[in-house]
Amino acid sequence: MIEEYFVLPFIIGLFVLLVTLAIKYVSWIVQLSHIDKLRVLQGFFTRRTLSAIKKIWKECLLHTRIFKTNPLLGYMHMSFAFGWFVLILVGHIESYIHAESLSVPPWESIFFRYFHHEHFVGERFFAHFMDFILLYILSGVFLAYAKRLYSRVFGIKRSTKLKPKDRIALLSLWLIFPARLFAEGATASLYGNGGFVTGTLGGVFSFFEINSSFELAMWWIYSSSLGVFFITLPFTRYMHIPTEVLFILLREYGIQLKKEYNSVSKIQVYSCSRCGICIDACQMHHAEISNNQSVYILKNMRDENLTDRKLYNCLLCGRCEQACPVGINLNDLRISQRIQASKEFNSSYDFLTYKNTPQTDVAYFSGCMTHLTPGIKESVCAILEIAGINYLFLDKEKGACCGRPLMQAGQYQAAKKLIDYNRQQILDSGAHTLLVSCPICYKVFKDDYELGQINIKHHSEYFLELINAGYISPRKSDNIIVYHDPCELGRGANIYNEPREILKKIGKFRKVRIEKNQSLCCSGSLGDLSLSMPDRNIIKEQTLSVLLKHNPDILATACPLCKKTFVKGTFIQVKDIAEILVDSIKKKTALLPEMENVCE
Amino acid sequence: MIDVLIIGSGIAGLEAACNLYESGKEIFLLEKEKNVGGNVQNWDTLFPDGKNARDIISYYMQEIQARQITTYLNTYVTGIHKCVDGTFEVHTSRDIVFKCKTVLIATGYSLFNAERKEEYGYQIYENVVTSADLEKRFAQQSKNQLPNGKPLHRIAFIHCVGSRDEKSGNHYCSKVCCITAVKQAIKMKQLVPDVEVFCFYMDLRMYGPGFEEKYREAQEKWGIQFIRGRVSEVAETLDKRLQVKAEDTLAARPFKLEVDMLVLMIGMESQASTALFQKSCGLKCADSRFIQPYQHHLDSNATNVKGVFTAGACIGPLSVFDTINHARSAAISVSNFLAE
Ligand SMILES: Cc1cc2nc3c(=O)[nH]c(=O)nc-3n(C[C@H](O)[C@H](O)[C@H](O)COP(=O)(O)OP(=O)(O)OC[C@H]3O[C@@H](n4cnc5c(N)ncnc54)[C@H](O)[C@@H]3O)c2cc1C
Ligand code: SF4
Ligand code: SF4
Ligand code: SF4
Repeated sequence: MIEEYFVLPFIIGLFVLLVTLAIKYVSWIVQLSHIDKLRVLQGFFTRRTLSAIKKIWKECLLHTRIFKTNPLLGYMHMSFAFGWFVLILVGHIESYIHAESLSVPPWESIFFRYFHHEHFVGERFFAHFMDFILLYILSGVFLAYAKRLYSRVFGIKRSTKLKPKDRIALLSLWLIFPARLFAEGATASLYGNGGFVTGTLGGVFSFFEINSSFELAMWWIYSSSLGVFFITLPFTRYMHIPTEVLFILLREYGIQLKKEYNSVSKIQVYSCSRCGICIDACQMHHAEISNNQSVYILKNMRDENLTDRKLYNCLLCGRCEQACPVGINLNDLRISQRIQASKEFNSSYDFLTYKNTPQTDVAYFSGCMTHLTPGIKESVCAILEIAGINYLFLDKEKGACCGRPLMQAGQYQAAKKLIDYNRQQILDSGAHTLLVSCPICYKVFKDDYELGQINIKHHSEYFLELINAGYISPRKSDNIIVYHDPCELGRGANIYNEPREILKKIGKFRKVRIEKNQSLCCSGSLGDLSLSMPDRNIIKEQTLSVLLKHNPDILATACPLCKKTFVKGTFIQVKDIAEILVDSIKKKTALLPEMENVCE
Repeated sequence: MIDVLIIGSGIAGLEAACNLYESGKEIFLLEKEKNVGGNVQNWDTLFPDGKNARDIISYYMQEIQARQITTYLNTYVTGIHKCVDGTFEVHTSRDIVFKCKTVLIATGYSLFNAERKEEYGYQIYENVVTSADLEKRFAQQSKNQLPNGKPLHRIAFIHCVGSRDEKSGNHYCSKVCCITAVKQAIKMKQLVPDVEVFCFYMDLRMYGPGFEEKYREAQEKWGIQFIRGRVSEVAETLDKRLQVKAEDTLAARPFKLEVDMLVLMIGMESQASTALFQKSCGLKCADSRFIQPYQHHLDSNATNVKGVFTAGACIGPLSVFDTINHARSAAISVSNFLAE
């Protein structure tokens, strides 16, 4: 049956696809660390697998997270993924029912209408239902055409750029469903087995009196487009479709990124759908920098042609990571690349002499940044004194950096030396709490220090506890206060409420339009090693314009670096939470004698 | 109609006013403060030759009074509007609108707010002062001891605070602070001979007459130590002294120094009202936010707006003698323009 050779492109394509996927995935899984492999084995027969399947259903098929960011874009992704899935599933069921058996070759299910024209139970239902799904997918295809033309309508201001192989894959994908429509329409015209869409198209074809060679040509096109798409898939962005499934599974089993770039990183990199949502999240655009957004970086990582220039030009603000619907750990991926890219410099810290640490309850580590904003340092100490806390100012005289800036720069080994030094001092102090006034330090203490039982507290958390326990009692003022979420504290460490709680107690707190996990970056980030000052200023101004929209009396933040950055951009008072808090307490103590007089 | 409306009565405004009066122009002088004289009122002795700043101020007071030049004090100019006939309407904080043929901007500069460089601890640590504060203290002739009454053993000056500093948004050099530091350091030595004085600089810009000589005198005669390197941070010790962390970039070594007083050599910034003029009459400003001269060589008093002229430090940092020269040439430029 020479006509039926049209299924060959499809079969070859599917074969190539399955073999390449198998090779890639097996090699990635083999490369997993021993512990990670155990995690997979142990997790496999638990509820984690079920929960992963649920997530795969929600994220890979329904694309609910893209929906949340942008309904139209979500609909487009969903129509392709979910629609196609239903089409394949119901197509198989249809062919099983028709054959009254489960042993049907895949091409018979895929090209069912070509092979079978006769009536069987439910034939009409399937014809209409499959047409309905096809129509649904076609609406998505139409949106995809339109998106390339008018990407603004979708809220995505910039679209990703394409390479030739991507273009071939894209065109074949775009062709698949219209080709199926025409093929089934042609068959319907000859054999009358169409549903409400293909049947109607068949009517139109009948008008032109098409013959079976036209029909066959259409099926060839359909099969070829499928074949081409399958073959290109592993080498293009569409690799994300199967890889995201793997990514979700591994994530559910608790497998996380490591400091080095390894197969887990690769799985994340290949899971990027290039939806482009991260592009819009990035504030670099305001400074007309548009080549370093995460989607481009991931693409470069895949193609192994990432330049240092792009890699290091990023604030590590985490806005893209927060926006990414796939949940890729974009910041850590970038850092792992930086670790790989950065050569070891002479980072001897021999001058850090070890000294005996006095015993204390609370160890306060201010860090370099707080040393550069003495107002914050003094306020933190003042509050601790007022509250009568037994504390030790760990790095008052000679302190080593916490290591986070080196970590961000990819100088992992150097950072490790500082971490070891500080860690020993903290442990030796016998403190039960480590108090930190800088989110940058806070992040690295939490993530990389392994301090065991010691409570690590940012000053906003700690001071809220002191207030709630009655150690300090601030007084409310009439000042209108807005709050800027520092990237490392908010997105970095998930602390959003404590600073707000404190501010509500000491002034008139006002929300700003973009806040919490959406909050903008102050632009001062140490994560970027190449951004010029004028570019930083542009980003800073954009952020300030959102924060200062309603003319607050005080712009509050909880990070010395944000403070330092903002101070140079506005005449409105910029203060750290500790500074505002200390004002509100001091005022009260100043009033005390008067009150005593009243009592007498 | 007024011929020339002069905004600002610092040295520049005063000098230009006297000259324009002599050439028979009808002039008004507007000043936002309650006194004339501008920044120089607060200074003690002036470089390069130690002339007393008060003498300069009183000289100009006499000149102004002798000519009975109409001066509006407490009048803040908020906008300059050009009318279709080429004349100007000048808006102020008072209800009066001044109409005039030409405007001479002599608004000078404002001092950099040292609180914006928090790492130096100004207004946080008691014994951190600015060069302007120190100048005032000299002028008031108070006992040259610390406010807490302790004697001075060692003091340090930090150059370029708020100038030549991208992070502060000021790329430019404020020009007079290097020589001011030399002047003030010598003065400290004269008052307290035993005091040790350190100056932390990036470059020393001794551009003017006698400046280099003063710098050499500071080292040779007075033993003042100049250290090339930027101070990174300042901390206060229990007895309210200051611990300065810096790097000597010539010797390539980091070091710490404890001092009794720290003086920040603050730079000059464009006045806030310059931005208002930019808005109201399209006045062109340079990247430094100071007013851009129409031509640096042949027409440094004119601006891109016909009929609006400048005198003094509103075009960028200038010393008093440069200011006076610039103001004189402003008088000539304005007169020529009116004669046309
Ligand atoms: C610490 C320090 C020490 C110095 N020591 C010396 C020295 O020893 N020798 C020396 O040669 N130079 C010295 N200088 C430089 C000197 O101060 C300037 O050269 C001089 O002040 C410039 O004069 P001016 O008239 O241009 O500006 P200013 O002195 O700034 O006067 C401008 C006037 O305009 C007024 N004004 C501003 N805006 C408005 C407005 N919108 N409406 C109305 N009025 C307005 C202001 O109130 C002010 O009175 C020193 C500078 C500093 C910072
Ligand atoms: S990184 Fe995330 S947000 Fe960016 S294109 Fe890829 S999937 Fe989309
Ligand atoms: S981390 Fe921030 S600066 Fe970097 S690419 Fe993402 S959004 Fe842009
Ligand atoms: S004059 Fe000297 S201190 Fe002032 S900004 Fe220029 S280099 Fe710095």
